[in-house]
Amino acid sequence: MEKVEKEPLWSAKNKKLLTNPLGQDNPITVQVLGICSALAVTVKMQPAIVMAISVMVVLAVSNVVIAALRKMIPGRIRIIVQLVVIATMVILVDQFLKAFAFDVSKQLSVFVGLIITNCIIMGRLEAFAMANKPWPAFLDGLGNAWGYGLILVIVSFFREFLGSGTIMGFPVMEKLGVYNFGYEDNGMMILPPMALITVGLIIWVQRSRNKSLVETK
Amino acid sequence: MKDFSNRYIMIFSVVMVVSVAILLSLTALLLQPRQEKNVEVEKKMQILSSINVESDKSDAVRLYDKYIRESFVINTEGNRTEGVDAFTVTLRSEQKKPLGDQSLPVFIAVADNGDTLHILPLEGKGLWGPIWGYVSLKEDLSTIAGVTFDHKGETPGLGAEINTTAFESQFHDKSLFENGRFVSVKVVKGGARPGNPHEVDGISGGTITSNGLEAMVHDGLVKYEKYLSQNRK
Repeated sequence: MEKVEKEPLWSAKNKKLLTNPLGQDNPITVQVLGICSALAVTVKMQPAIVMAISVMVVLAVSNVVIAALRKMIPGRIRIIVQLVVIATMVILVDQFLKAFAFDVSKQLSVFVGLIITNCIIMGRLEAFAMANKPWPAFLDGLGNAWGYGLILVIVSFFREFLGSGTIMGFPVMEKLGVYNFGYEDNGMMILPPMALITVGLIIWVQRSRNKSLVETK
Repeated sequence: MKDFSNRYIMIFSVVMVVSVAILLSLTALLLQPRQEKNVEVEKKMQILSSINVESDKSDAVRLYDKYIRESFVINTEGNRTEGVDAFTVTLRSEQKKPLGDQSLPVFIAVADNGDTLHILPLEGKGLWGPIWGYVSLKEDLSTIAGVTFDHKGETPGLGAEINTTAFESQFHDKSLFENGRFVSVKVVKGGARPGNPHEVDGISGGTITSNGLEAMVHDGLVKYEKYLSQNRK
């Protein structure tokens, strides 16, 4: 029998799994997944960062579990199995946050539970983990969570800075003294529609820099 | 993808569900004491915060024992009910009972300057879920010494602003009564009229939470009206 050559852990292909979702294969701006939570948790930076970390844990572990079980999972109930794995992970994350990071869990409140409905996770399990080995699936999970988190941080930075005049809760605008010149925080930025517009602007910038993402007519 | 028999699918599902159930219940069981401790410490921190005492996780229990002198339960007539621990009363289940049967907790604190403060708990509805809080009253049982609010799942940056110091500090020195009549404190969209002792500013983008909070303050405290009137100094 021919011996299959073992792929190195950090092959170029595997590295791509980690870096592609940051840019040209970004889950939010290119795959347009996970928009819902990108709108909901980006008013302030801190919850956005914790949300990104939670999604990373859930996505990486679920990807590994599904990839490990991929040959045992009956095709007809695979979506249910994926959901059970995701829901279990989310409940575990939620329970641990409640026990060990109570303040953060209060801040994120319902959004931790809503990770279950984050399309990125189902999307990656179905598109990648069902057809790949655990290690690449793990990297794919990390990469996509990074890509998701990156957009969350960018959007929440602008929304918190322009909407509340703070960065990570630190009152930057107040320290700069701009309020004395009649500057006022833009209340629009803390409303959900502005997250959509901010994401739209990010997509615009990304596409004008990378023409390969623009659909040909 | 290989086709599996129905029998295999059934067994796979059962094994999956049972193992997940065991894993989750074990985790919940192991973490429960820690979580309950967190909730208890948080409640003590909130009660302390309503009398303007800052505490953190490490000293909340000690400070609570230092400042809170007494706690008891009254009914809507203002009479004490014996045999109920005020700290363990959950307002949400009390609110489902007929008005006459409800247990209303009262906590008595003595501030650093020697003033006796009455702390009254509140519970109401925000936009997404419950909101709650504590109000502390000065010795005239009408002037607010401090408040603290919290929420389960209001939108961060919008309704969730009710638990910020900026919002809570507006309640300081507002009055519940006017000429002996209970009028509560209103949360006014567009801003309170300056100098009005019964109004505070609402939250932009958080109107439903603001309204819920106003209703919670009114509905929660009106039940204490008799007690407050009878014990006023």
